[in-house]
Amino acid sequence: MNPLRLVRARPGAPFTVTFDGREIEALPGQTLAAVLWSAGVTAWRSTRGDGRPRGVFCGIGVCFDCLVTVDGRPNQRACLVPAAPGADVRTQEGTGHDA
Amino acid sequence: MPERSPVLAVIGAGPAGLAATLAAAGRGVRVVLVDSAAEPGGQFYRQPARGLGARRPKALHHQWRTWRRLRTGLDARLAAGQVTYLSEHHVWCVERESPGFTVHALLGPEQRESVALRADGVLLATGGYERVLPFPGWTLPGVVTAGGAQALLKGGLVLPGRTVVVAGTGPLLLPVATGLAAAGAKVAALVESADPRAFAHRARSLVGAPAKLVEGAGHAARLGWHGVPLRVRHTVLEAHGTERLESVTISALDSEGRPVPGSERRVLCDTLAVSHGLLPHTDLADGLGCGLDGVTVRVDEEQRTDVPGVWAAGEATGIGGAALSLAEGHIAGRSAAARLRGTTPDPGAWASAARTRTRLRAFFAALDGAYAPAARWVERVTDGTVVCRCEEVTAGAVRAAVGSLGAGDLRTVKLLTRAGMGWCQGRMCEPGVAGVAGCAPAPARRLLARPVPLGVLAEPADPPPPQ
Ligand SMILES: Cc1cc2nc3c(=O)[nH]c(=O)nc-3n(C[C@H](O)[C@H](O)[C@H](O)COP(=O)(O)OP(=O)(O)OC[C@H]3O[C@@H](n4cnc5c(N)ncnc54)[C@H](O)[C@@H]3O)c2cc1C
Ligand code: FES
Repeated sequence: MNPLRLVRARPGAPFTVTFDGREIEALPGQTLAAVLWSAGVTAWRSTRGDGRPRGVFCGIGVCFDCLVTVDGRPNQRACLVPAAPGADVRTQEGTGHDA
Repeated sequence: MPERSPVLAVIGAGPAGLAATLAAAGRGVRVVLVDSAAEPGGQFYRQPARGLGARRPKALHHQWRTWRRLRTGLDARLAAGQVTYLSEHHVWCVERESPGFTVHALLGPEQRESVALRADGVLLATGGYERVLPFPGWTLPGVVTAGGAQALLKGGLVLPGRTVVVAGTGPLLLPVATGLAAAGAKVAALVESADPRAFAHRARSLVGAPAKLVEGAGHAARLGWHGVPLRVRHTVLEAHGTERLESVTISALDSEGRPVPGSERRVLCDTLAVSHGLLPHTDLADGLGCGLDGVTVRVDEEQRTDVPGVWAAGEATGIGGAALSLAEGHIAGRSAAARLRGTTPDPGAWASAARTRTRLRAFFAALDGAYAPAARWVERVTDGTVVCRCEEVTAGAVRAAVGSLGAGDLRTVKLLTRAGMGWCQGRMCEPGVAGVAGCAPAPARRLLARPVPLGVLAEPADPPPPQ
């Protein structure tokens, strides 16, 4: 069983986004967090202080652990922002403004 | 008396906000329903994204018939022009004007632009978020909140991993474990720190809530079908892994809440879904000057806060599940519709909702006592454990602030360590930091319910006049 089968989903046409340059598949409507999870990615930020990896924690926009850089803009919450075709998603290092 | 119908802004389109909207619309007020999500439903009735084309979303839900009623009711009132629904509006502040209110909201997931709308009354139905107490390894990727895992499953139709341990305490763990299992995850264990006997002991006060018990029993049965081992009076001592979660150590707890020596066991997993209960969103109420009782918004029998023109319903006023949120929302909506038209409502009109409210509040008060987080959790938080996830403040630093630096209250601890001063404004770490510091948890005063771009603050949008 998988979640799509469970609810008999007939998603719209899949598209790709890139994560750190690698192409991954996305379904319309999914947030970046959902897209990254389905590609088996669980971390897309390294913390400012200790450079530790982080990804989703609260899943509803409250904790800000899931911050990611999208099309050059840092600090986007992956659990809220829907994936757009061709989006350039990158691991956010620290504040995302250091590079 | 204005000639136009008064406008009621309902903030939050979960069970409470939807019930309130349906109760108020068509009773002489115009309702503007505002929610940050793309679809109505809130946490309990979170819907799969449209583009995913789910033909059987109810497979992930309970009480689907109630949802159909809410959704059909909303659609009818939208079509009749009695309700305006604003999705993807993140309310960051509600201002008191004389007369009325201005609701400020950031637009879309980007939240760069702000709009303002005028209302004669405001009904806060903002729900809550999860409380997670710190433990070694809880910042590893793969450790998520139980509700967060559920939210990504219901909304995005994805699983956090293949092998999940669901842990912590509270009534949310059961539906999350059964939901993940039904969707194809292997749930390696459900680890609940509370003792079900404590619950049975309190069950005397539960006679009035059979539906809730049946729902709980249903979940428990489903656990069995999915072969999920249930470990009560157990806790996760530590999450292990380097770059991501690889396993957890679980342990039995004795009657004092101490780990039973020799009972420790490693469980391999790539996901830990953890929750220690829920906390209400109170920022907007606090900003309006509404009184709080501890961490919940204070309301009267009509769900009125102590600020005239402001109502609150659902989990913002206390954690009690979707059915209680529905009852409170209904009462608040009826009261608001009457009061905003300058009439006195007849409580007889919502007698049945009021009975449900009384029953469920008693039920959840009993649950809450039974599902207290494991005693002595603080002792298991090692000095090296990060307690404030945003600012990466360790338990050791918090203890030093209290010990050698002499901080005597949570505010001083925060100033000395920066714990709670990061992006989440302390929402995630406050209970943990307070526990480790040994201070009373003091609800932080947050001026803004959302981080707001500086440009927005510099140029607040002018509200359009109400139509
Ligand atoms: C992450 C999570 C998952 C949960 N999953 C389940 C579950 O699977 N099963 C279960 O029985 N219980 C679940 N719960 C418990 C759930 O809170 C209640 O069962 C029920 O949804 C409460 O209804 P409510 O209307 O009071 O609040 P909610 O359903 O939480 O609705 C509140 C709404 O207000 C919106 N909102 C909040 N703040 C703002 C703002 N500033 N601006 C605009 N909109 C705002 C939110 O987007 C949300 O739609 C979950 C709770 C959480 C936090
Ligand atoms: S996971 Fe918490 S804000 Fe996205």
